[in-house]
Amino acid sequence: MGFMNLFKHVLGDDWGVHPDDHKRPAADRPVRVMPVPARLYLPLQQHLGGPARPVVLVGQSVKKGELIAEAQGAVSAPIHAPTSGTIAAVTEITAPHPSGLTLQAIILEADGLDEWQELSGCDDPFALDPAEIGKRVAAAGVVGLGGAAFPSAVKLTGASRSKVTTLVMNGGECEPYLSCDDRQMRDSAAGIVDGIRIMLHATGAKVALVGIEDNKPEAIAAMQAAAAGVANVEIRPVPARYPMGSEKQLIQVLTGKEVPADGRAFDIGVVVHNVGTALAVRAAIREGKPLISRVVTVNGNCAANPGNIEVRVGTLAEEVIAFAGGLKGDGLGLARRVMGGPMMGMQIPHWRVPVVKGSSGILAFDAAEVAEQEPNPCIRCGSCVKACPMGLLPLEMSARIRNEAYDDAIGLGLKDCIACGCCAYVCPSKIPLVQFFVHAKGELAAQDRAKLRNDATKKLALQRQDRLAREAREKAEAAAKRKAEREAAAVAKAAATAAAGQGEVV
Amino acid sequence: MIAAILSLTVLGAVLGIALGIANKFLKVEGNPVVEELVAMMPGSNCGQCGFPGCTGAAEAIVAGTAAATCCPPGGKALASAIAAKLGLTVDLSALGDDGPKIAVVSEELCIGCCRCSKVCPTDAIIGAAKQVHNVFREACTGCESCIDKCPTEALAMKPVPVTLQHWVMPRPLSA
Amino acid sequence: MSEILLLLLSTALVNNVVLIKFLGLCPVMGVSKSVDSALGMGLATTFVLMLASAASWMLDNWLLQPLGLGYLRILTFILVIASVVQFTEMFVKKTSPGLYQSLGIYLPLITTNCAVLGVALLNVQQQFSLFKSLLYGFGSALGFTLVLLIFAGLRERVALARVPAAFAGAPVAFITISLLALAFMGFSGLNV
Repeated sequence: MGFMNLFKHVLGDDWGVHPDDHKRPAADRPVRVMPVPARLYLPLQQHLGGPARPVVLVGQSVKKGELIAEAQGAVSAPIHAPTSGTIAAVTEITAPHPSGLTLQAIILEADGLDEWQELSGCDDPFALDPAEIGKRVAAAGVVGLGGAAFPSAVKLTGASRSKVTTLVMNGGECEPYLSCDDRQMRDSAAGIVDGIRIMLHATGAKVALVGIEDNKPEAIAAMQAAAAGVANVEIRPVPARYPMGSEKQLIQVLTGKEVPADGRAFDIGVVVHNVGTALAVRAAIREGKPLISRVVTVNGNCAANPGNIEVRVGTLAEEVIAFAGGLKGDGLGLARRVMGGPMMGMQIPHWRVPVVKGSSGILAFDAAEVAEQEPNPCIRCGSCVKACPMGLLPLEMSARIRNEAYDDAIGLGLKDCIACGCCAYVCPSKIPLVQFFVHAKGELAAQDRAKLRNDATKKLALQRQDRLAREAREKAEAAAKRKAEREAAAVAKAAATAAAGQGEVV
Repeated sequence: MIAAILSLTVLGAVLGIALGIANKFLKVEGNPVVEELVAMMPGSNCGQCGFPGCTGAAEAIVAGTAAATCCPPGGKALASAIAAKLGLTVDLSALGDDGPKIAVVSEELCIGCCRCSKVCPTDAIIGAAKQVHNVFREACTGCESCIDKCPTEALAMKPVPVTLQHWVMPRPLSA
Repeated sequence: MSEILLLLLSTALVNNVVLIKFLGLCPVMGVSKSVDSALGMGLATTFVLMLASAASWMLDNWLLQPLGLGYLRILTFILVIASVVQFTEMFVKKTSPGLYQSLGIYLPLITTNCAVLGVALLNVQQQFSLFKSLLYGFGSALGFTLVLLIFAGLRERVALARVPAAFAGAPVAFITISLLALAFMGFSGLNV
């Protein structure tokens, strides 16, 4: 360990890992545009938050860009037809998710015309009210294209409401193998800068800091050239290190501020967007085009011809791979299918899952890349502690989670874990640490749901008991009343007969 | 000899009286732990634990005659909360691996007799006379009180379907 | 002053009541699963030990010795200790129901905790003054609480480790406490 390394270690500034990035040659090849496939599979939930609600009927024909499912709830995003055609079905399809479970999707049969609906763009977005921009972005179904797919409009309007000062643009693309952001920054730098300016206007931030990892010199050069005349957009190269593209890490490197443990970026006056999202925002505002396509990286040792491909949302991964050039040896050496990045992406069960708005990559790994190994016992080397970008103790947390002591794990900071996978990557014993944390978070969420449910049903049970008691009381009261009436009537009758009897006597 | 008897008697009497007085001042009405547990439990008095209502179960758990995991509707969340409260260690895996179940009405068998909806402790069964009943999924605690009441066996316990929103990544097996 | 310190150190560490004299092992094995309940147990035992030391000294010096009833010593001490424990139990139940629940059977069992009776008898044997008896009781209780806390902390760690099936549970706890006892033997060379 050299002196500088020691210094960094003492400062706690040597977080993260340096995986071999495998970005080239895919990043150096131009983006290919894939033709519209015969059928598109559009899941109703392509974003974080509530699923969208279909607003079309089976058999209905739609134009390209037409709304087919509307947002539902505060955090949600609508879905638009990526091409013109007919709605074939609304049914369950395999989700791009490691569980292999299904989710509701609209199946669209393309008619081959690819005919846009009437679009209403805006020539001068800077004359628009920021709230209006937020509305238009929401209506265009734009979500974060970095991978988490958080509805962008929610962040834009939230940022202007909480008065953020800095817009951080995430061009880190720290995940190995992926190069879709890199490619877009090289090809459409001017468009991205325009999008950033629109977003600055929408959020009310003073300055935009574009963080780009220094392993993408071409992208940095292109972006610097495009931002040359723009005063409040700064291009900032950052060291290439995983997970530099994680929100909290990028904010700290670019602004020096740290997001508090249970807070959000808003709390320190920062909002983070992906550079690809800037392009989508620009298209939504300038041209009125909804988000219906994205650039996806096809990569991995098994991909015959790696590269970046612009595909319509809803295209099956199978068809994207076929268009890209198929798999080497017809996929004989295929060991793992991944959607998204290799570190945080989803392992998928088969290729017949659709590309959604948040899919950044389709990766076909062979056995050498997966390097699957049986885990060995923890040797307490502390590599994971050093690698953790959040400064947590993965080995301690996983030991507690193994014993189901989830509360202790929370005490050690489980809720701050960003599931980046650095710990599992460096672990010499190949312990699936990040799986422990994802499991524990899921388990805790399930327990929270169970608790909420328990409280709700308890309320119901108490209400029922109250109701039964009230009914019994009312019944008793009614019975008493009837009895009293009967007795009164009997008394009156007796009196009447007595009076009548007396009358007879008289 | 007499001194010994006398001194022991006096000592015993003094200590006994002192304890008696202390007991008066430090008396605890009821068992606060039981009350806390009752507040945590589902309160539907479904009887699946084998005790008369949630209070009975809470008393049994405090007395140690029942396990903290004895409440099926409470599930793992309740079991671990009780264990934390009482300082017990529980084997959460003792709670069925097949996950929670809820009652489901098969519509072709239901004759709308209303017998099930009368016994449901959480009013989770909706339906009027001669109308097909239905179970309100969110309100059903899976207590099985209704199952035996159905004359046509239209009610059955089915596991709650796992959806994407409810899926939990399994715990890694080794290491 | 130095004598006080010496007495405290030698009772708490050098002549540790649990690991050197092997008194009061039952609660050490029983209430050491978590640090919280171990601390509660340690405090309860401290309370009982102090009260019992004082009460037994007074009994011995003001009643048993003047009347020549030394042969009733164990009997009367047990009587006093039982009363003190009963009082402690009421007190804990009133003030901290949760602790009362987690200490469970081990709370009334302080009565038969031989550390308590042992300390009371040792006080008489060494013919301490009232103040020194109290100090001796306090030092012993300190040592008891210390060992209980260390051991509970160790057991919390051991619970996370992958112990071979044959050793899981009590066996590994016994191994742990024996190693702890070896470590405490080191104090016997302490030159205070």
